[in-house]
Amino acid sequence: MGSYVLRRVLQMIPVFFGTTLLIFVMVYSLPGDPVTALFGDKAADPAVVASIKHTYYLDQPIWKQYLHYMGNLFQGDFGTSFTGRPVSDIMADAFPVTIRLALMAFVFEMVLGLALGVLSGLKRGSIADTLVLILTLVVISIPVFVLAYIAQTVFATNLGWVTPTVQDSYDLTQLVLPATVLGSLSLAYVARLTRTSIGENLRADYIRTAVAKGLPRRTIISRHLLRNSLIPVVTFLGTDLGALMGGAIVTEGIFNVQGIGNVLYRAINQKEGPTVVGIVTVLVIVYLVASLLVDLLYAVLDPRIRYA
Amino acid sequence: MPDLTEKKTSGDIPAQRTADAPAPKQEKARSLGSDAWHDLRRKPIFVISALLILLLVVIAIAPGLFTSVDPRAGDLRNHYLTKPNYGSFFQADWFGYDLQGRSIYARVIYGARASVVVGICVTAGVTILGGITGMLAGYFGGWIDTIISRVTDIFFGIPLLLGALVILNAFTERTIWSVVFALVALGWTQMTRVMRGSVITVKQADFVTAAKALGAGTTRILFKHILPNAIAPVIVVATIALGGYIATEATLSFLGIGLQDPTISWGIDINSAQKVIRTAPFALFFPAGMLSLTVLAFIMLGDAVRDALDPKLR
Repeated sequence: MGSYVLRRVLQMIPVFFGTTLLIFVMVYSLPGDPVTALFGDKAADPAVVASIKHTYYLDQPIWKQYLHYMGNLFQGDFGTSFTGRPVSDIMADAFPVTIRLALMAFVFEMVLGLALGVLSGLKRGSIADTLVLILTLVVISIPVFVLAYIAQTVFATNLGWVTPTVQDSYDLTQLVLPATVLGSLSLAYVARLTRTSIGENLRADYIRTAVAKGLPRRTIISRHLLRNSLIPVVTFLGTDLGALMGGAIVTEGIFNVQGIGNVLYRAINQKEGPTVVGIVTVLVIVYLVASLLVDLLYAVLDPRIRYA
Repeated sequence: MPDLTEKKTSGDIPAQRTADAPAPKQEKARSLGSDAWHDLRRKPIFVISALLILLLVVIAIAPGLFTSVDPRAGDLRNHYLTKPNYGSFFQADWFGYDLQGRSIYARVIYGARASVVVGICVTAGVTILGGITGMLAGYFGGWIDTIISRVTDIFFGIPLLLGALVILNAFTERTIWSVVFALVALGWTQMTRVMRGSVITVKQADFVTAAKALGAGTTRILFKHILPNAIAPVIVVATIALGGYIATEATLSFLGIGLQDPTISWGIDINSAQKVIRTAPFALFFPAGMLSLTVLAFIMLGDAVRDALDPKLR
């Protein structure tokens, strides 16, 4: 077990550097000069531009910039945005909001998705099953920004239950609607994945054996069927946590949630390299840790999987 | 006797097996492909979604067949945001007019082209790129596999929407092809993984060993023996992903970073309609409805194809 974890962590290192390098090159090789843009319509003094570029390391070749950035990163320094604010400061403001939003969406999709999936998987062909299938299909096919407007119109404009946009991003109750919208697509996937997985495993030999042994139905479902059926669902959920945080751009924009999605969208448009790279680096770490946890969870779910 | 009833209820779990499994009546041997086709033709979901997609493709190729109105002609005499006239089928005012007095119906029709082209081109791109890399990684293993797998890992860490935003920001003038480029560049690794897993399973089969023993070359084994047997999961994932790519294009256009005017796209129209959502919800409803219907059609098709191709679900 210990050596497996070590090996997995070692494998994560090249992926971490590869992903950050990729995003670094993508962001910093964008055409357009962010420093000159800082001056707006005023003519920029070349000496000032050169000095700003020097402080931000922009006068160096890109691989040197990357090494410099990584060197600072490992000392806990995410750099400074072009407006002079430390990136770690910006992230400290925005990340708590997005983490709450993503966690709420995650819990919502996991609980409801699993419940619906188990319900329809066990009763294949029933009315409930058909209903779940149709509902999830509709949710999957409606793009998230359309869903957000529908939710906004129905719950805010027509019913008046909530304000159309979030007033205070730190207020959990106001985040309920955005979180529901954010999690709904994954919810549909979780429900369908669970349903398919249960459907496949219902016909497995070990279920027949368990039935033949005379085990009570509840034990068969919870111990044998669910544990084995959950593996693909857990894989999906694990990678989805990172995707929820990175994919909140649209939802946060429509509901005016002041999380990283909003910050990131603005930063990309303003070619704010340090902010974009900083946030994406954190997202990559979240993704890598989540996928490691998923791999470790496999052993809990399926005792046949042993980490040598 | 609670014990007995318990047994009885649990007994219907294996009973389902016999009920679901088809009776073993094999008249003549069919290949997986023709077997799947045989199944598909009888499925209403497949027929409906296939017809929908066919209609969409026809609309994309020849939008002039469905409307004679110029989708870019803004006539302010139709004051902006005229309500839809549901009685006038296929006329300019069927779905109403948008902010600039342009016919929403015509724009919905002409908007199909961007979505269909992006969807099909991205899917073709990722399938070819991912299929080749996945086949190489799965068949040869060793260092080729290590390199390709690590590269896919790297790409998997970047969320699709985020990466596309960054790439598309580099284009000053964005056309359909820049969007296709961005989505292929970020999406091919998904297919690589599917193909690789599929090839690894197939390459252990006896017929591959037999082909090798008969002296078949690597290219022949790869394309004649492994590819036809490993392609099924890729086709399924590709069909479902096609709908996803169409939705992503619309999302990017909606965010103002995908397609640009004068290209007509449902995403752009939804973006401009959101500013007037209170007064004119119909301006958002029609492009959004068409977009959802399109995505729905591809997902249903993918579902039906998977059910037909996956022997595990029979």
